[in-house]
Amino acid sequence: MSRISDAFAANKAFVGYVMGGDPSIENTEAFILSMASSGANIIEIGIPFSDPIAEGVVIQRANIRALSVGTTMEMLFDMTLRLRTQIDTPFVFLTYLNPVFRYGYDAFCQKCAKSGVDGVIIPDMPYEEQGEISGYCAKYNVDLIPLVAPTSNDRIRAIAKSAHGFLYMVSSMGVTGERAKITSDLAGMVALAKSASDIPIAVGFGVHTPVQAAEIAQIADGVIVGSAFVSIIEKYGANAAAYVGEYTSAMKRAIANHL
Amino acid sequence: MKIGRFGDYGGQYVPETLMNELIRLNEAYETARQDEAFQRELTHLLNAYAGRPSLLYKAQRLSEALGGATIYLKREDLNHTGSHKINNVLGQALLAKRMGKTRLIAETGAGQHGVATATAAALLNMQCEVFMGKEDTERQSLNVYRMELMGAKVHAVTSGTMTLKDAVNETMREWASRTDDTHYCLGSVMGPHPFPTMVRDFQSVIGREAREQILQMEGKLPKVVMACVGGGSNSIGMFYHFIPDSEVRLIGCEAAGLGVNTNQHAATITKGQVGIFHGMKSYFCQDEHGQIAPVYSISAGLDYPGIGPEHASLYDSGRAQYVPVTDEEAVSAFEYLSKTEGIICAIESAHAVAHAMAIAPQMSGDESIIICLSGRGDKDVASIARYRGRNVRE
Repeated sequence: MSRISDAFAANKAFVGYVMGGDPSIENTEAFILSMASSGANIIEIGIPFSDPIAEGVVIQRANIRALSVGTTMEMLFDMTLRLRTQIDTPFVFLTYLNPVFRYGYDAFCQKCAKSGVDGVIIPDMPYEEQGEISGYCAKYNVDLIPLVAPTSNDRIRAIAKSAHGFLYMVSSMGVTGERAKITSDLAGMVALAKSASDIPIAVGFGVHTPVQAAEIAQIADGVIVGSAFVSIIEKYGANAAAYVGEYTSAMKRAIANHL
Repeated sequence: MKIGRFGDYGGQYVPETLMNELIRLNEAYETARQDEAFQRELTHLLNAYAGRPSLLYKAQRLSEALGGATIYLKREDLNHTGSHKINNVLGQALLAKRMGKTRLIAETGAGQHGVATATAAALLNMQCEVFMGKEDTERQSLNVYRMELMGAKVHAVTSGTMTLKDAVNETMREWASRTDDTHYCLGSVMGPHPFPTMVRDFQSVIGREAREQILQMEGKLPKVVMACVGGGSNSIGMFYHFIPDSEVRLIGCEAAGLGVNTNQHAATITKGQVGIFHGMKSYFCQDEHGQIAPVYSISAGLDYPGIGPEHASLYDSGRAQYVPVTDEEAVSAFEYLSKTEGIICAIESAHAVAHAMAIAPQMSGDESIIICLSGRGDKDVASIARYRGRNVRE
């Protein structure tokens, strides 16, 4: 068990995402504290990348904002190290492979372990290419969290078996961003993954309303919300912490009521 | 398991959503490539529709003016739609049709690949949507209209630097949202496997013809084979059948923009470093944090921060050499070829002509150079005029 999989042990987990450095490192730090104190079980922190091909426009803009203030991976490691002295909530870095490749896989994973980062999600590194980093993740006990998509079909079992921490189930085709309706056969995907592994499953992409979160919590072990947080931060900027906390509480309540 | 590798380069670094589609595409391609009926149909279209084989033209006046090697031009500019892009597009469109797809999507820089894709879609009665950086839609507005004439929808991409790299991002995003009826007709030897191999195979017709033609005309192999390199499709197509001929030098000419000592260039091999982006491990222009660098070239078709993985491997092994060519050198070559041979080539191709002009005088008349003239220059005339300070309306 890891700090991440422990987060699924007692309750359905709520996983929130913020872009590191949007609009500043200090603000991100405040948002994370607000999410944690409002009940978020896992916090995903985006490391900004120039060309985030799996993201919709909302998170694309957050990448640009974070880069425009000079955010680097090193600053985010420093941030998680500071936060680790205050909260226990598991942290997961979400980024693209090239920044990690340039940093060095061994150095990156070692630094994650030293800085209180419990897992990584790399959307442009599919199952076949996990070997880039999986050995280093294992060496430093950093959970490598893979994604499965509505098009994955028979791949779901193998990917679920490879997963550490949790399995990130992409609810819909396309990129990140709020969706009015999620039409994929999530129950079928969950059943397939569960038949291969007892790894916890969290569903993301498109989820933004409490009703959606409650529905997903009935099927999966956790709910991931990204673009909705980023939209709040885009709207309120440096003053978003209270709104981020309020939204976290509302989503957390919706998920808990359906246990 | 590592598939689709050229040494350590290549691979399939894409979101999971696209993986099964890439696996299906690879299987369909492997089947088609061994299927005589498919090859026959493709050859028929290349010959009867696109006008292949393309000429290998002995550029007598150019050779004499430079006073060295005998220069041959492989005239891909004479293909239907005016560039080598049609070779790949006809192959992929036929394959997509066999896979039951009804819709083609594509990225484009200068517009040549977009025009070629729109052409194939019209010919094969498929829907077509092309993603083009907003800056490029302005630089190449005639090509936008050409695509629309043939029934394609053109999306101006406003994300990032609004050029070719961002057009690729946006086309990938579109593909990830819709694979069931849609094929991504990628325009270069880049992206995830099987694209670098498949596009190279479709483009290798260039070098296969050129090799036969030069043997017939000269009775021996050329000393040098050269081509411009952005993503690298005309160059790999030109090089591929010459790779086993170790005595033939292979030279790729990349865009140095305002110079490789400025930050306004797209010279991936000269200035880039190994990275992982757009589905492949290869060389990329990037900063020390792994952020993909904004690149620049007068040529929209070479304005790309990466290079195909097979080129990365050819560079590492030393089999091919890559040289930077500036805007100014390319424009001068564009003008020089126009005056000496009456051939207005694409500004992309002019990068290769420029380097030929530099090396030909040091060679002897019984040695030959083949330049891949990848496209025609009609699309560039107005911007070259502006570069020289004349305001010409398109």
